[in-house]
Amino acid sequence: MFIPNTEAERDEMLQKIGLSRIEDLFSDVPKEFRYPDLNLPEAVSEMEALQNLKDLAIANDSTDDLICFLGAGAYNHYIPASVDAIISRGEFLTAYTPYQPEVSQGTLQSIFEYQSLVAALTGMDVSNASHYDGATAAAEACVLAYHHFRGKRTKFILSRYLHPHYRETIKTYFQGYEKIQITGDDAVEGFQASEDLLKLVDTNTAIVYVQYPDFLGRIHDFKAFAEQVHAVGAILAVSVNPLALGLIKPPSEFDADIVTGEGQPLGIPLSYGGPYLGLFATKNQFMRKLAGRLVGETVDNKGNKGYVLTLTAREQHIRREKATSNICSNQGLIALTSTVYMSLLGKQGLRQVAKLNYDKAHYAADQISKLKGFEVLDLGAFFNEFVVRTPKPVSELNSLLLDYDILGGYDLSKDYPELENCMLLAVTEMNTKDDIDYLVEILQEVSND
Amino acid sequence: MTEPTIFEISSPGRTGVKFQASDVPQFDVPKEFLREQLPMPEVSEIDVIRHFTRLSQLNYCIDTGFYPLGSCTMKFNPRINEVTARLAGFGKVHPLQPVETVQGSLALMYDLQNWLGEISGFSGVTLQPAAGAHGEYVGVMIIRAYHKDRKDSKRTKMIIPDSAHGTNPASSAMSGFDVVAVATDNNGNVDLDSLRAVCDDTVAGLMLTNPNTLGLFEQNVIEVVKIVHEAGGLVYGDGANLNALLGVVRPGDLGIDLMHFNLHKTFSTPHGGGGPGSGPVGVAAHLVDFLPCPIVGILEEGSEDYPPLYGFVEPAKSIGRIKAFFGHFGMMVRAYTYISMYGKEGLKNIAEGSVLNANYLMTLLKDTYKLAYDRLCMHEFVLEGHWPDAPEVHALDIAKRLMDYNFHPPTNYFPLIVPEALMIEPTETESKQTLDLFADAMLKIAEEAKTQPELLKSAPHNTPIGRLDEVKAAKDLVLCCWIPEKNS
Repeated sequence: MFIPNTEAERDEMLQKIGLSRIEDLFSDVPKEFRYPDLNLPEAVSEMEALQNLKDLAIANDSTDDLICFLGAGAYNHYIPASVDAIISRGEFLTAYTPYQPEVSQGTLQSIFEYQSLVAALTGMDVSNASHYDGATAAAEACVLAYHHFRGKRTKFILSRYLHPHYRETIKTYFQGYEKIQITGDDAVEGFQASEDLLKLVDTNTAIVYVQYPDFLGRIHDFKAFAEQVHAVGAILAVSVNPLALGLIKPPSEFDADIVTGEGQPLGIPLSYGGPYLGLFATKNQFMRKLAGRLVGETVDNKGNKGYVLTLTAREQHIRREKATSNICSNQGLIALTSTVYMSLLGKQGLRQVAKLNYDKAHYAADQISKLKGFEVLDLGAFFNEFVVRTPKPVSELNSLLLDYDILGGYDLSKDYPELENCMLLAVTEMNTKDDIDYLVEILQEVSND
Repeated sequence: MTEPTIFEISSPGRTGVKFQASDVPQFDVPKEFLREQLPMPEVSEIDVIRHFTRLSQLNYCIDTGFYPLGSCTMKFNPRINEVTARLAGFGKVHPLQPVETVQGSLALMYDLQNWLGEISGFSGVTLQPAAGAHGEYVGVMIIRAYHKDRKDSKRTKMIIPDSAHGTNPASSAMSGFDVVAVATDNNGNVDLDSLRAVCDDTVAGLMLTNPNTLGLFEQNVIEVVKIVHEAGGLVYGDGANLNALLGVVRPGDLGIDLMHFNLHKTFSTPHGGGGPGSGPVGVAAHLVDFLPCPIVGILEEGSEDYPPLYGFVEPAKSIGRIKAFFGHFGMMVRAYTYISMYGKEGLKNIAEGSVLNANYLMTLLKDTYKLAYDRLCMHEFVLEGHWPDAPEVHALDIAKRLMDYNFHPPTNYFPLIVPEALMIEPTETESKQTLDLFADAMLKIAEEAKTQPELLKSAPHNTPIGRLDEVKAAKDLVLCCWIPEKNS
C-alpha cells in the first residue's frame, strides 16, 4: 500500500543498523507502555474505504440535493472546472512550504500573484500569503493593532454586525490579555448605527472592526466613519466578502487600514466549513507588522527574475517568542484555488458574477416582500443577503422548507435576540429565477399551514 | 526560464469563464457604492491552464522525488484521500445546515475525535484548530484556563526546551506567558537539573516535543513529566513528531496532559505548498471541560433501528471558539480515510517503517557526516553539515548541491542547538532503494566538498533558477505586481 519496503528489505536494513528485531528500535520507549492494544476498527482496503466514505457522504444532504439559500459567512458559488484541474496537480498538492526557492518557483510565483490579486481586489498596498480563515484573520488583525500601539491602547471596538464567529474568536484569542477591553457589540434596541460605535471611540482605542457587506448583507459607506476613527489615531479594520468587491467600492476608497475577509466565495468549496481562506491586506505602513508569510520579487545569481519568502525575521522560526505571530503556515493550496479562480474570472467575470448575485438577491427580496406575513427589512443597500421577518420561528420554517428540498436561511435569533423570527437569506448565481420563484411559492404555502 | 505574471499576459476583453445571462430583472447599484476601476487581469481559460501548469512544473514535490525535510513528515499523499474529500456529500455541504441534514459529516468527525483520542491516549479531542501552531495556541489557552479555574493566578511561566520548534515559544508569548528555556543534556534529553531549577509554583506548564527535534526519544520522559506535575504544572506535547510513535506508544499513557496533532504530517493530508494544515488537540480527562467549542457529541443515543443523532455540544468551561465553523473538514475526511486503511493493527507499521528508514539512513551517513548525538534515533536525525578540512563549505551549500542530484534538501539550520544542522526525516513511504540513492548523493557531495568546494558554493546548477538574492528581496520589498493608484 503506502509502505514500499518488503520484509526481506526490512531485515537487510535492520542488519545494516546492527539490530535483529524491529522492536529493538524502540528501546528508549518505557517498556510497560509499548505496543498498546488500540480500540480501532480493523484495516480496510481502498475499495472498502471508498465505500465507507460514500456511505457517510450519502448520509448528508448536499447542495446538489437541496436548493441553497443559506449564507452567513459561507456561500454556494459556481467553481469552474479548471480550478480543480490546477490544484489537483501533484506539483502543487504535494509540495512543502517554499523554503528552498530554487525548486519552489511555482508555489512562490503563485503566492506572489495571489498577493497581487488580493491587493488589486481590495485596493490595499500589500497582502500576506493568506491566513486560516476570515475569523482568525480578524483575530490576527487585532493582534497587529495591539502590537502597533505596544499594548498601550487597550480598547477594541467590534461592530455587532461583524460575523458572530469572528467576534467570538477575537474574544477567545485575547482572554490572556487582562487589560484588553473588547466592546461595541452588545445588544441594542433596534439596530446599531455606525454612530453608536463612534461614541465609544477614544484615544485609548486601538482598533475598530466593521464588516463590508456586514453580517446582515448591508453595504455601508464608511467614509465619514473612517475619518472619525482616524481622528483619534485608531486603526480601522474591515472584514469583506471579496466577491462583493467585484461590484462595490473597495475599502481603500474609505481609507481602511486593514482589510481581512473570508476568501471562500473565490472558488473554494463549502466543504462543511473548511479549509477556507483568510484574506489579510493592509496599507504599506503595517507591512512589517503583518503576520504570516510574504513573498517578494528578486533576482537569482544570473540576474533572472525570481521569488522568495521575505521579511522572515518577523516569523516564529527566527524570532521565537518575539515573533509577530505564531503562525507557520498559510492556506497554500486554498490560496492557489482563489488565485486560479480570480484569474479565470478576471475583470469581466468578477463583475458579472457579483452583479448576478446582486440582481438575484434583489429579485428575491422584491418577490418575498409581496408575500403576506413576510417583511423584508428595509436596511438600505445590500449585496447578496437580506433579512426577512417571518410569520413563524425560523427554525420551524426551515424544517418545513427542507421537506421541499430547500435549504432555508440563517436563523438570526440565535445571535441577535432583537431579531426574533428573522431569517438571513443568501441568493447567488447558483439560484435560477425558477429556484427563487419556487422558494417564494413554498414560503407562502408553508406559512399558511 | 521566466514565466510572466498573470497580470502581464492580460489582454483587454478576455475572460476565462462564461456565465449565463441573468434571468431576473437588472437592479441598479446606488452610484455611491458602485466600483469604477476593477484592475484584475483579463485572460482566457487556456491562458490560465498553461500559466499555472508551467508554474507547477517549476516545483519539486513528493510526487516527483524524495523530500527528506526534518520535522515536516513529507510522506506520500494517497490519492484516495483526494477522491473521498471531493465526494459531493462532503464537498458541497454548508457548515450551517441543520444537523439532521449533515449526519454523515458529524459521524465522521465524532469517529475521528475518538480515533485520535485512542491513538494518543487522550479522553477528549477538538478538531477545530486550523494548523499545528493554531493547535498549540489552543493548548496554551487551555493551560491558562485550567490554572485560572483552580484560582491559581501565580502561574506565568512556560518552560520550553531549547530544542523546541519556534512555534512553541511564539504560541506561549502570544498567550501572555513568560518563556523560560531549559537546556539539552549530553544525550540529547531535557537536562533534568535545569528543569528542576526552574520548576516552582509559577510554572504553568512545559511544552515538550517527543521525540524531540533531534529525532531522539526523551529517555527520561516519565521523570520529566513527574517533575513538572509535582510543581503543579501541565505537560503539553508538541505532536509534530507523532509519526514515530503511532501504535507503539501513546503520549497520554506517558502522563502528557494535552497535545496537538498535525493531520498534514502524521495522517497524510497534503502539504499543498504550505497549507492548509489541520491541528486537532487531544486532552486528558481533567482538561476535557476546557476544550474549544463546539465539539461533536451524541444528542440522542441510537438503537437497533436508528443510528445515534450527532450534533454539537459545548464543553462546560470551554475556552470558546477559535475559528469560524468547525475546523478544516476536508482534511478530516482525508485523515479518516487514511486511518481506516491502516486500522488497529496497521498503524504501528507507520512508526516502525519511519524509524527503520531513519536509522538505516543514519547508519549509511554517520561515518561521513558528524552525528550530533550518536544513539538510536526515532523518525529523524540531525547531522552537522560542516567539516574542518572543508572550512568554506556550509550546511546551506550541501542543501543546494543536493538539488543537482534531484533530491529536495533536508531541513537546515534547525534545530538551533546543532551547528550547521541538517535534519533528515525520510518517512516510512520511501523505499530502501531511494534511501541508498540519497546516501550515495550525500557521500559524493561530502567528497566534492573537499575536492571541488566551488561546485557546492555555486550550487544549484540544474534547477529552473539559481540561488536567489534574499537581501535584495527584503530591501526592495516588491510584494505585488499591481501598484494601487492613490486616491486623489
